[in-house]
Amino acid sequence: MIDINRQAFIEEATELLYNLESSLLELESNPDNQDLIAKVFRALHTIKGSAGMFGYDEITMFTHDIETVYDHIRNGEICITKEIIDLTLAARDQILSMLSQSDDGPYSDDESTKAILISFRNIIIEYNSKTISSNELNAINSKVSQKKVSGTNETFIIRFKSSIDIFSTGTNPLILLNELRNLGSAIILANDTLIPLIGDLDPQKCYLSWEIILKTEKGIDAIKDVFIFIDDHCDIKISVIDKKGKLNESDKFNEFEKHCLEKTKSQQVNIESWLNEFESTLSSANQNKAPHKEKSRSKEISDIHRDSDSVSSIRVSAEKLDDLVNLVGELVTIQARLSQIAANNDDPNILAVSEEVERITWSLRDSALNIRMLPIGSTFNKFNRLVRDLSKELGKVIELTTDGAETELDKTVIERLNDPLIHIIRNCIDHGIESSEIREKFGKPKTGSIHLSASQSGGSVLINISDDGAGIDKDAVKSKALSLGLIQENIDLTDQELYALIFAAGFSTAKTVTNVSGRGVGMDVVRRAIDNLRGTIEVASKKNVGTTISLKLPLTLAIIDGLLVKIDDDHFVLPLSSVEECVELSQKDLNMSHGRHIVNIRGEIVPYINLRERFDIIKKRPEIEQVVIAGIKGTRIGFVVDKVIGQHQTVLKTLGKAYKNVEGVSGATILGDGSVALILDILKLAEKEEMEERNEN
Amino acid sequence: MTKTIMTVDDSASVRQMVSFTLKEAGYGVIEAIDGLDAISKINGQTLHLIITDMNMPNMDGIELIKNIRVNKEYKFIPIIMLTTESQSDKKMEGKAAGATGWIVKPFKPEQLLSVIKKVIG
Repeated sequence: MIDINRQAFIEEATELLYNLESSLLELESNPDNQDLIAKVFRALHTIKGSAGMFGYDEITMFTHDIETVYDHIRNGEICITKEIIDLTLAARDQILSMLSQSDDGPYSDDESTKAILISFRNIIIEYNSKTISSNELNAINSKVSQKKVSGTNETFIIRFKSSIDIFSTGTNPLILLNELRNLGSAIILANDTLIPLIGDLDPQKCYLSWEIILKTEKGIDAIKDVFIFIDDHCDIKISVIDKKGKLNESDKFNEFEKHCLEKTKSQQVNIESWLNEFESTLSSANQNKAPHKEKSRSKEISDIHRDSDSVSSIRVSAEKLDDLVNLVGELVTIQARLSQIAANNDDPNILAVSEEVERITWSLRDSALNIRMLPIGSTFNKFNRLVRDLSKELGKVIELTTDGAETELDKTVIERLNDPLIHIIRNCIDHGIESSEIREKFGKPKTGSIHLSASQSGGSVLINISDDGAGIDKDAVKSKALSLGLIQENIDLTDQELYALIFAAGFSTAKTVTNVSGRGVGMDVVRRAIDNLRGTIEVASKKNVGTTISLKLPLTLAIIDGLLVKIDDDHFVLPLSSVEECVELSQKDLNMSHGRHIVNIRGEIVPYINLRERFDIIKKRPEIEQVVIAGIKGTRIGFVVDKVIGQHQTVLKTLGKAYKNVEGVSGATILGDGSVALILDILKLAEKEEMEERNEN
Repeated sequence: MTKTIMTVDDSASVRQMVSFTLKEAGYGVIEAIDGLDAISKINGQTLHLIITDMNMPNMDGIELIKNIRVNKEYKFIPIIMLTTESQSDKKMEGKAAGATGWIVKPFKPEQLLSVIKKVIG
């Protein structure tokens, strides 16, 4: 503001202060005079009000608390005492000196200001054990902090039902709507169903209500501010509809606007249901658009991070992370080479450096992989909607509970886990959980429940999906498997083997095909997806109690711990997570088993696969071979190799298109000396062996 | 068309500040020192907005709002009241009398303008 105004203020304030002094002195001898109290209050009030406008913020702050006390006095809640008058006089002098000093610079005499303020605050506290002033201060503070919240787009639905008399307060709703429009992108739809026939229409009344979808980065407080003057006599509901940002991309937003306008032609305005409709078409479209889906999901996850910790995280594109992990992979390979060279050289200097590099590489690898880790919670959250919609469609009441949402998994794993989990949950809802009537008959609670839990154990993550439904009907599975020719009549199967059948392609015991499931595609897809993630599935089920499907997944896909073995001159890697132990296999053992591929380990008979034979390596076998015992789907199977070299940090490399269909090999890695080692898919190897065995019989 | 705003306040400095701000922003300004003065100056004028203080001698803001709202010509005129945060009940009273909105004192010129923009566009 210009100086003339300041000068005018100082003159006026000085005058007010002198008036204040005389009023106060008069008040001292005549403490019950209401006119005098009002006069004092008004003087303080004006000083406070104008001081703020002319930049004397200290005076405003200072006067505020005094004014509060006088407000109470005016209302008869506090009696004027000599103490208060003394304090007010001291305060008045203080304001006067603040006024004169502030000409030359900021006011510095904080001590006496504080002392006076504290005394006034004590009066208020005394009057009311609730500290009004601090409450108010808090309110001011929170106002300030709320203003800081902004940045990312959020989409709100606002229902604005104007009071019928809105015009009589001088409010123009159109201006408010324009104000909303200025906050971001808005879709505003008017609801005119309440307008009466022309005979009953009063042109001075407002019969309209509005539904508004607003995409803004200003936050909910900015919206509330728009309605601040009318919020108590108009019906205004503001809710966040799309925190995850589906509508945030402007093309989606425009699409939805078109969608809405189309609808208004024929129906009454109901944005919410239209939005649900729009979202479901959107999500089905998304299924076909994988890259886009990935984008929105990573956005979603970063949103979660933002909620909890907006300052200390940054967003990095997924490609950059992939690049980083690839580079770290290369580094791990090079480092292995360095270690090998160092070991072959007897130079202690190189050895020391190589060890240092090894240590740093390993921690770099851990951090790089850690960056890609994301909590699985966001995936879980999506299933709430799925369960809600599906159970409604099927007329069942189902509740979804989750546990361990904070468990972290590699980004790629999480992404590829989404579809299998959807299939499994669909199955739970459709086949697992019974309708309410049946549930009641069995004495179960009417509401079915599905529980999703995730937890980490070592290098893997366990995900359990359990329902309290009917359980798997073993007889039905068996007869279906028989009719499909998957098993033979007279073979006894363990429960595990039986349940494994439900993952076979084309398998469904559903009597009717619903649009949810029953077509027999699904569980085999689940199996394949989990296999591709190098994970395992286990099923446990009890009739009428429920089914639990357990997934065990590796934390990461990029680098695994492997066991490096050698057959002849070739190196191979077996995933260490499956390896249980290694034993020797001598000529004597071979003789004892009479040529059958079994080995006796502490009394237990374990079948083995001779990799030398399997890979047609014709050179002579060594005197003593090694058997690597791995646990596969609950059974133990051995793999015979020439030599076990040891643990190896395996950076996974794909084999490329040409070798895509080679069975039993899941990838390759580069060893320290630059040579290639194949990573064995022991699950596939075991299955193939089994098949061949069966065919021979 | 220039919009005309009436500012009613017993404090000359507030009046001066408000009218300076408004004139700078291109509005026409009529000043009044209290409710009675406002009523006497209002008649026949084309006004777009009234900004009034609450605590004033002779006729306070509440009375003024009530008086304006019964006048056929100014029934729908936006009225902004100036209040302080310690007067929340005053605020409710003012709204009940028919105030459109309020500005909490102390305020800065730009706050004043943003509220005016909010009310008269």
